[in-house]
Amino acid sequence: MAVNDSAPGARMAFGTRPAASVPAEDTTPPERPLENGDVVNLAEERQRSGVDEVLGALDEELVGLAPVKARIRQIAALLLVDSARTRFGLTTTRPNLHMCFTGEPGTGKTTVALRMADLLKRLGYLERGHLVAVGREDLVGQYVGHTAPKTKEVLKRAMGGVLFIDEAYYLYRAENERDYGQESIEILLQVMENQRQDLVVILAGYKDRMDTFFQANPGMSSRIAHHIDFPGYSLEELGQIGMLMVGQAGYELSPAACATFRDYLTRRRQQPRFANARSVRNAVERARLRHASRLFDSHATQVSRDDLTRLEPEDFLASRVFQQPAERGSPSA
Amino acid sequence: MHITQGTFSYLPDLTDDEIRAQVQYALDRGWPLSVEFTDDPHPRNTYWEMWGLPMFDLHDAAGVMFEIGECRKAYPGHYIRVDAYDAAKGRQTIALSFLVNRPAAEPGFRLDRQEASDRQIRYTTHAYATGRPAGQRYTDPWP
Repeated sequence: MAVNDSAPGARMAFGTRPAASVPAEDTTPPERPLENGDVVNLAEERQRSGVDEVLGALDEELVGLAPVKARIRQIAALLLVDSARTRFGLTTTRPNLHMCFTGEPGTGKTTVALRMADLLKRLGYLERGHLVAVGREDLVGQYVGHTAPKTKEVLKRAMGGVLFIDEAYYLYRAENERDYGQESIEILLQVMENQRQDLVVILAGYKDRMDTFFQANPGMSSRIAHHIDFPGYSLEELGQIGMLMVGQAGYELSPAACATFRDYLTRRRQQPRFANARSVRNAVERARLRHASRLFDSHATQVSRDDLTRLEPEDFLASRVFQQPAERGSPSA
Repeated sequence: MHITQGTFSYLPDLTDDEIRAQVQYALDRGWPLSVEFTDDPHPRNTYWEMWGLPMFDLHDAAGVMFEIGECRKAYPGHYIRVDAYDAAKGRQTIALSFLVNRPAAEPGFRLDRQEASDRQIRYTTHAYATGRPAGQRYTDPWP
């Protein structure tokens, strides 16, 4: 048997074969690099990428959040312009898109992250555009040597998409210097820096705790380009959100119920553990329950379509929220 | 001697882009992948060392490419292969397995003839590389 290669040097090592020797299977002609006099149709590019659908859906389905929407629009514009610049052969460094979403609970951080993943895929920044949502327990191990493989596995799963770390400040526990969270943070930082082309990391949580977290981990703060604060919703916006949710569930509010719902929101907002849109969703869900049991208990023989879809004031009035007196200054129903 | 093993064994060595495309194909079919390495090139050596655990729930080839890169860094002079498992229908089968790294020089095999009774000859192949201790087989250059 042959001991050595018959022609040493003929074989190339893995991963280093020049691309020229690969027969071109792609039938579409390669895009000619544009020159000085050429123009690029940005409007057409914009339409082709489908970015307007995402931005439109964002405007329609998410109430309020004006600063967030403005920032997302800016990011979309940057990526689109960058792709046009690349066609002219202009140097474009890959923008850093790691983000931090801060805000009260229920202000739409996870929803926006989902939309962001979709948007970045459409603009060609990410390959897959899926979202992997994790918390501390998914990243940090239980014993020595457990954390690094665990964090790396999560990172590998998120590659090609967005890694969404909810309540990221729990990764770092200042009171325990032997906490394994620090190890996880270091691996995260390394990947955020070296594999920017493979994934986008979004941290989310309350603003004040996130600030403390960044003070303790300045490296993390500086690697995140976009710190986006999600403002709380006004009463008006909460009402709109409620109407949107009621409509999506296939219900409607009677005019009297509209006023009651508004009063409900006013009262609920002043109570502890108010979680913005999430509380609104729960209120709507509970109203549906009461609506159903109201019909169930009435033993009605004639139930119309309207009866099945219309929520009445009593569906809301039974709530615990109305059992406490409203604070002064709030409009009463 | 250029050792061939697994899928694509008679093609030129795959480039990283081609490896990425194959890995993505496996991921798109829902096959988990794993990276394995060895420095014993005998064709009947089936069980290679595992580089970490098999990777489940991946969506993008970047994660596997990262592990291939790490394994190449740690064992530049070993054979490294990627296996894709197809667990559909209750079977646990390798659906795709191909080399992604090989040593710079491969000394090849010696043919041994053993004379048995009644003038029978038994043949066996002996990898020259296994003449050296494991871990040092491809580190020093071969003449």
